[in-house]
Amino acid sequence: MADSFESTEPLDLIKSLLDETIVVKLRGAREIIGKLHAYDSHCNMVLGDATETIYQINDSTKEITPIEKKQSEMIFVRGDSVILFSSPDLDG
Amino acid sequence: MLFFSFFKTLVDQQITVELKNDIEITGTLRSVDQYLNIKLENITNKESIRYPHLNAVKTLFIRGSTIRYVHLPKSAIDVNLLQDAARKEAMVSK
Repeated sequence: MADSFESTEPLDLIKSLLDETIVVKLRGAREIIGKLHAYDSHCNMVLGDATETIYQINDSTKEITPIEKKQSEMIFVRGDSVILFSSPDLDG
Repeated sequence: MLFFSFFKTLVDQQITVELKNDIEITGTLRSVDQYLNIKLENITNKESIRYPHLNAVKTLFIRGSTIRYVHLPKSAIDVNLLQDAARKEAMVSK
């Protein structure tokens, strides 16, 4: 396969985000912002200086409100909880 | 294999495991395997009111698939080494 295709594999995105601050959306209405230190093909990750936000979704109004914030200096996130991740800088 | 090796370097460290059912267990990491199953020793259960049955337990095995997070001591981790290992892992898994 041509190099140009190889360099656009989905996981190459996360590779370029090593040592950057990323936002990870997780199952259970959770989100973590932290510095990416490591990942693998299962989307297991280690994040530093991480802030986890847990949201509550109101069933009738569909309103989403943050209900809890937790800090962790170093956190391992298991890949099967990960929905998506992105960099706050990617769109900027 | 990256995180298997990573957790092996953290053996004998104090870690906090948060499970997908919201139970948090702190203890000493005694061993880990390729599925990231974990053996914890000398555990303390922060939520003894909700889960009193864990009070009698000192050592336990946690199936890797039930883990949501593992909170780690920053002091035990060389961040640069970890990032280099992640880059290498990305190369070989291509």
